Amino acid sequence: MAKRAAPEVNAGSMADIAFLLLIFFLVTTTIEVDSGINRKLPPMEESEEDVIIKQKNIFTVLLNGKDQLLVEDELMELKDLRAAAKEFLDNGGDKSCDYCKGKKDPASSDNPDKAIISLKNERETSYKQYIAVQNELVAAYNDLRDARALSLYGKPFTEMEANYKDVNWPGNKDALKKKIDQIKIDYPQKLSEVQ
Amino acid sequence: MSKFKKKKGGEIPAVNTAALPDIVFMLLFFFMVATVMRQNTLKIENNLPFADQVEKLDKKDLVMYIYAGKPSQNYKQFGSVARIQLNDDFASVKDIASFIAQERASKREELVPFLTTALKVDSDANMGLIGDIKQELRKVNALKINYTTKKGSVFTGQ
Repeated sequence: MAKRAAPEVNAGSMADIAFLLLIFFLVTTTIEVDSGINRKLPPMEESEEDVIIKQKNIFTVLLNGKDQLLVEDELMELKDLRAAAKEFLDNGGDKSCDYCKGKKDPASSDNPDKAIISLKNERETSYKQYIAVQNELVAAYNDLRDARALSLYGKPFTEMEANYKDVNWPGNKDALKKKIDQIKIDYPQKLSEVQ
Repeated sequence: MSKFKKKKGGEIPAVNTAALPDIVFMLLFFFMVATVMRQNTLKIENNLPFADQVEKLDKKDLVMYIYAGKPSQNYKQFGSVARIQLNDDFASVKDIASFIAQERASKREELVPFLTTALKVDSDANMGLIGDIKQELRKVNALKINYTTKKGSVFTGQ
């Protein structure tokens, strides 16, 4: 008997099956947001001795319940905050900081190591405004670190950090880590929050 | 008589849909790779704020999520004030300590110091609630936090 050819499988409904799966995945999954502003909370135990900090080394940022900004006892718009914070941090009043490009005003901060930004908010402050202020303050630090890293290593700080985290980056990570730490020593991020 | 017969061959041939499954499979694989399964069913509105100085959270399994926001449309009976959500249900500030302890217990011991708490908070929530959460996290010594935000300008929100 002659061999009969096997009948062809009807693949017409394959698209339907695939659509079904596609819609299932569209509904049950999300594209995760996994980036944000990292912060470290202060530990609970209070240090016994009060550290005396000169008033001129503190940059106070107050955020009231109506989302208004009071910076160093003056009302300020959010867009001016970054420049004001940079000016304060980069002041270098005691002339010990040879890389500072600020005005060297003796009435403002001594050097970036001593300069502290103090942020205080009220219970009614909106989260959105708080994040915006945090973002601007972090941006001020990042701008200064970028400038410092550019002059030292010819590469912005944020790029160096991104490279350090990137597993596919081909360069020498130990050397990079040293450079990053150096920049962090030059401009330490001292952002304190008042409870 | 054939003169009056309709002329054949002038019709448009049917579109070939043989490649349709391939296209759909392609889309399917894209979504399977680019997305993750929903972990928690949110009972709150979670419209994250924008920021541009963001850092990536690298280790997904070392993140504890705390959500906050006002109850969404379906859960209106819980009021219109921002609330905390842990796992799949509303929680109060007191529950955070046990939540953190539970999350820590589920991880390998050597990884516990690297745990980060991601705060996914609605942009309309007020800081009072966040302050309470932060205070509670300090009590249980979970000091690494991350304010999860969308990437965009803080001024325009884009």
